[in-house]
This record gives sequence, C-alpha cells and structure tokens, in this order.
Amino acid sequence: MARNGGVAWMRTTEKIDGYDLSTSDTEEVHVLAVDDSLVDRKVIERLLRISSCKVTAVDSGRRALQYLGLDEEIQKKETNGFDGLKVDLIITDYCMPGMTGYELLKKVKESSAFREIPVVIMSSENVIARIDRCLEEGAEDFIVKPVKLSDVKRIIDYTTTELREGELREGARAKRRGINKRKQREGDDDLSSSPPSTLSSSTSSSPSSSIQSATAPSSPSTLDSPTRRLKMTSSE
Amino acid sequence: MDFVNQLQRKFIDYSSSLHREGIVDDQFTQLRKLEDENSPHFVMEVASLFFEDCEKLINNMAIALEQKQGVDFKQIDECIHQLKGSSSSIGALRVKNACIAFRSFSDGQNREGCLRCLQQLSHEYSLLKNKLQTLFRLEKQIVAAGGSIPRVH
Repeated sequence: MARNGGVAWMRTTEKIDGYDLSTSDTEEVHVLAVDDSLVDRKVIERLLRISSCKVTAVDSGRRALQYLGLDEEIQKKETNGFDGLKVDLIITDYCMPGMTGYELLKKVKESSAFREIPVVIMSSENVIARIDRCLEEGAEDFIVKPVKLSDVKRIIDYTTTELREGELREGARAKRRGINKRKQREGDDDLSSSPPSTLSSSTSSSPSSSIQSATAPSSPSTLDSPTRRLKMTSSE
Repeated sequence: MDFVNQLQRKFIDYSSSLHREGIVDDQFTQLRKLEDENSPHFVMEVASLFFEDCEKLINNMAIALEQKQGVDFKQIDECIHQLKGSSSSIGALRVKNACIAFRSFSDGQNREGCLRCLQQLSHEYSLLKNKLQTLFRLEKQIVAAGGSIPRVH
C-alpha cells in the first residue's frame, strides 16, 4: 500500500490545546483513536503508547473528521491548525452516539486524501453481520473488545510492515526510473489502491513480495486473525 | 525490607482473592501488564475513571426509573450498554455480569425487574470499589515504603 502524499501532509505545529504535536518525520506510527468512553480511551491510549505509537485520542467521529480536516462544516482554513501530524492508522469504536464507527469508516474511505489510511473497528458486540459489513466497507481489521495488548501489537506490526513496504516500493521505483516521486504517483493508481487487507495482511497484494519474507515474524498468525477469534468466541 | 515483603505478600494474596471471587477477571491482569516505572499506577487511574463513570450511570438510571410519567427504557439501555462496555474494559467481571442480567429486564421494559437489577448492580459496584480501594491502598503503601508492586500473572 503506497503512502499517500507524505510530503504534502507534513505540517509544523506546536502545542495546541493539549495536543502535543511535534515536528518530526518520525518512525513511530501515529494512531488516531476514536471512542466515546473515557475509560476505553484511556486504555487504548496506553496500549498504543506501550506499542511505541504516537496517539491522538478523540471522543467522537465528528472530532476525528475535524482532526483529519474532513469535517464539511469546518473549512480547512478555519481549523487554525487543529489538524496535525499525518495519521497512519485509525482505530475506532463501532457504537458511538452521533456518528458510528462504521459511518466514520465510510467517510474516510470516500475521501481521496485519506482512504489509504487503514481503519480498524473495535466493538464489544461479536456480530458477524456487523463485522462483514465493516470489512466490506474497507476496514482493515475488527477487534472484539475488551482490547488486549496482543490485539494492538498485531495491528501495529502489520501497519508498520505496510508502511515500510510502501516506502520501499516508492524508493525502489523512483530509483529505477529516476523520475520525480510526485509525478509518478499520479499515474500509478493500481499500486496505490490495494484491496482492503482483512485477515491475513501478509498476503495482501504486493508486487514486491521479496520484502514479505523479511517481516515474517511480525506478520499476523491465522490464530490471531479476527475470524479465527470470532469462531472461538462465537458461543457468546 | 521485611516490612515491604510483608506488604507485597499481602498484595499478592489480596489480588489473587479478587480473581478467585470473580470480582475481577483476566482483563484486569491485562491492564496490570501495562504498568511500568513510567506508569506505575495506571490501573488505579483507570479504575478511578471507571468509578466516576459507574456512579454517574447508576445515578442516571435511578432517576430514569423514578419517572412517574413513564420510564425511558431506551435511556436505561444506553446506560447499561456504556457500563457493560467500561466494566468489560477494566475487567470488572461481576459488574459486567450484573449489566448483562439487567439488560434482559430493560429489554422487557420491566420496571420492577429493572429496580431489582439496579440494586444488584449498585451492590456489585460497591463491593468492587471497596475491594479495589483496599488493593490500591496496599499499592501506595508498598511504593511509599520504597518497594515495587509485584507483577502478578
């Protein structure tokens, strides 16, 4: 999955409203966590920080869209720099008042600027129809709550892998053709829109499969995949 | 040092009893694993957020059930859903189970049943709060005495 306009997104911002935004083209994955429950937000934040991620936690789909700069009611230029660092991953609760996680997922996937960002849905309800619907809409994964460290580690592992692969592919292509990166991206639709990887992202479409084997240890095992987990807990 | 060891022993025993009694479940242990030198009281912090949440929701449900003109069962359901979610996230097993039982009565729009469930829920919450506060007191004592909190797995 090619990174989407990394250079164009980077913004330099200082501390804003309690968000500690630092300038860096950091190696750390920046996760936007969305959950209306304060307890759950605190937990997911900790899980992500322990997994070496930068976290921005918001309490609604609306705020998530505002952060991304996608809120229709607030024009980008009016946000006064509310939007910050490039987001590498969105983790959202499904059941939220106002905008559900599913609706947020749709909005993100409908946006040309942000559809490449993987979106993971969390839900306390283990409903197959709901899970299918989310995956069909392009969700990267579906976690049944309560969220554990192993869930987060798995997701961050393959997000990091995808990011790195994307960057390596970019670099390799640019090198080979000696063409400016930006010009090139406009023509490479097939590579930039990988199908939503669901269960086994290690097998997601990736032409340069030589990179895959190097990351084998961190690729999700089928035992940890969402549907396997579903089958194990389907008696709930 | 012996004093610290005693406290740590007490902590381990008390923690184990909470699990045995079903007050907390594996998710509580999962949260313990997230504690380290930089965040030594993470569980205590989440728990106090949970207590606030719980008290607010229980209170809202009590008020909703008192309404003479008709009980808003949808609101009750919302509260139960939220409480079930957060109790699950923190590993408060008995509170979570009380929520599950509560749900069937609110689904059936049974006011009497709901009142009984709310009472049961309040009871489980009080029990949890008392026991966790005892545990956290031990935790603070250990740290104050220069010891480290045993990681019980």
